[in-house]
Amino acid sequence: METKTETNTKVKNVNRKMEGRSLWMDGWIRLKRNKLAMFGMWLVIIICLSAIFAPYITRYDPNEQFIWTEGASVKLAPPSSKYWFGTDVYGRDIYTRVIYGARISLQIGFAATTMSVIIGVVLGSLAGYYGGFVDDAISWLTNVIFAFPFLLFVLALVAYLPPSLPLLYMSIGIISWASFARVARGQVIQVKEMEYVEAATAIGGNDSRIIFKHILPNILAPIIVQATLEIGSIIMLESSLSFLGFGIQPPKPAWGYMISEGKQYFLSGQWWWSVFPGLAIMALVLGFNLFGDGLRDALDPRLKQ
Amino acid sequence: MEYSQAKLLEVRGLKKYFPITGGLFRKTVGHVKAVDGVDLFIKRGETLGLVGESGCGKSTLGRVILRLIDATAGEITYGGRNLLKLQRWQMQDLRKKMQIIFQDPYASLNPRMTVGDIIGEPMDIYNIAKGHEREEKVLELMSTVGLGTQHIRRYPHEFSGGQRQRIGIARALAVNPELIVCDEPVSALDVSVRSQVLNLMQELQRKYKLTYLFISHDLSVVKHISDRVSVMYLGKVVEISEKNELYDKPLHPYTKALLSAIPIPDPVVKRERIVLEGDVPTPINPPNGCRFNTRCQYAKPICSQEEPVLKDVGTEHFIACHLY
Repeated sequence: METKTETNTKVKNVNRKMEGRSLWMDGWIRLKRNKLAMFGMWLVIIICLSAIFAPYITRYDPNEQFIWTEGASVKLAPPSSKYWFGTDVYGRDIYTRVIYGARISLQIGFAATTMSVIIGVVLGSLAGYYGGFVDDAISWLTNVIFAFPFLLFVLALVAYLPPSLPLLYMSIGIISWASFARVARGQVIQVKEMEYVEAATAIGGNDSRIIFKHILPNILAPIIVQATLEIGSIIMLESSLSFLGFGIQPPKPAWGYMISEGKQYFLSGQWWWSVFPGLAIMALVLGFNLFGDGLRDALDPRLKQ
Repeated sequence: MEYSQAKLLEVRGLKKYFPITGGLFRKTVGHVKAVDGVDLFIKRGETLGLVGESGCGKSTLGRVILRLIDATAGEITYGGRNLLKLQRWQMQDLRKKMQIIFQDPYASLNPRMTVGDIIGEPMDIYNIAKGHEREEKVLELMSTVGLGTQHIRRYPHEFSGGQRQRIGIARALAVNPELIVCDEPVSALDVSVRSQVLNLMQELQRKYKLTYLFISHDLSVVKHISDRVSVMYLGKVVEISEKNELYDKPLHPYTKALLSAIPIPDPVVKRERIVLEGDVPTPINPPNGCRFNTRCQYAKPICSQEEPVLKDVGTEHFIACHLY
């Protein structure tokens, strides 16, 4: 016969429900062990925070032209304790402009990528789920987009329409969804054959439940990895556009445009105008790529313990 | 079995052909005749075993019965209604009564859902219970199938194969079904775990008055758990009988060959192994007449011309063979 205390302890122990470790948690734990990926993540976070808190980490206004107040000595001045990255030919502090420029690159990067993900995942999932003609049509379209010359398309759009931030990220978004469609389609095709999807039908689930509760959560991982890596490409694309003068209009401090402005002075030794924005682009893209690679390894289902 | 001898489920002339497409425009060039005219019935409260080699169509048959795959032809009568004529929403409602336990304990559970959600999902779908009440029911089910209730918030990958199969069983029981199709439920488990799960299933059958269609290729397992057994070959049922009668006095040549292959754990006993010649023919182009005639040692000319009909040779022992 159990004593009262023994029974109570048993009931208490049974009632203490143990929290499970989801696959996402598993992935996160694996990711944390990857030093390079963590470095990439922190790099991106630091740049994002810098962009958000730009006014607090810079002293000047990005468009303030000091040649009017300080004279010719601050025209294309090299990096100094006053102007950490030097000044450009208009006397603007390059460090401040680089920090504010992060806002542009990040905004476009996130906005365009989000749009691409939504378009791509919807189309790819439809293709994978329904197959047949729907699949044929969407796959054909996806292949066309893959073959499309991005730059030309965006140039054409941007050259004829009034330039604006939304126009830029929408045009990039419209042509970048192909890789997401391909990933989503492949994943949906794989997942819909899984027995747990069959089980969902057996217990009475309708299409909507199956798609949102069973299929979507299980195709997310590769899509997230793809998105992280795509942001890098999209930021490069935006930089190229700005470089060519078709992106954000001056005097906004777009990194690509700054590189373009500074290139004529590069060979005569005044390197800082082009180099610092260039380093910024490199740092941001590198950060995303390292993080994305690490994420891919961490979420690889074959490495499940 | 003290339950009524009434037929819970009856299948007549059931066919499932899978189209094979070829060419640029996906023309249909042939069919895989997975299930090719099957008649059988299951009595309320019994366990009907369904045996056959891999590829004979038994898993397909199980899924077609539940309309997880749609039949090409035939009739499935459940509770007096022809399932194949039901609308989607009517079938949805009927699914409460007919559930399935899958073979693969790793693939049949959504890896992103907790055990509590997996078992509780049917309750959500049919609005049986919500919130606290739902959790109570889930905990109760978990302890009924032998899972520690403290694991309710854990994920499938944190359990062993045998435990996952129990989760699958609990999920099948969540809506109080009458019929459960068991598609090789213990084939993927360690031998040591199998008997535990089988015993659990028998216990549950007694407790909840369940009817099982037990599909397996393992003859000894089927012998242990079934009341009656049906044997399938290449998409057709060749013999159905009460368990002991089938295992002691098999009539169909294929059944005899199958049974002779069961290992007997006694080195002294001599057995006459009937070895079948040749391979199983393709289900795309099955042999004419009796499907088994190409490998049968008793084949007569009529066997390759006319298909034998499944008929009762006395004591509810059905057989499809020209010898009888």
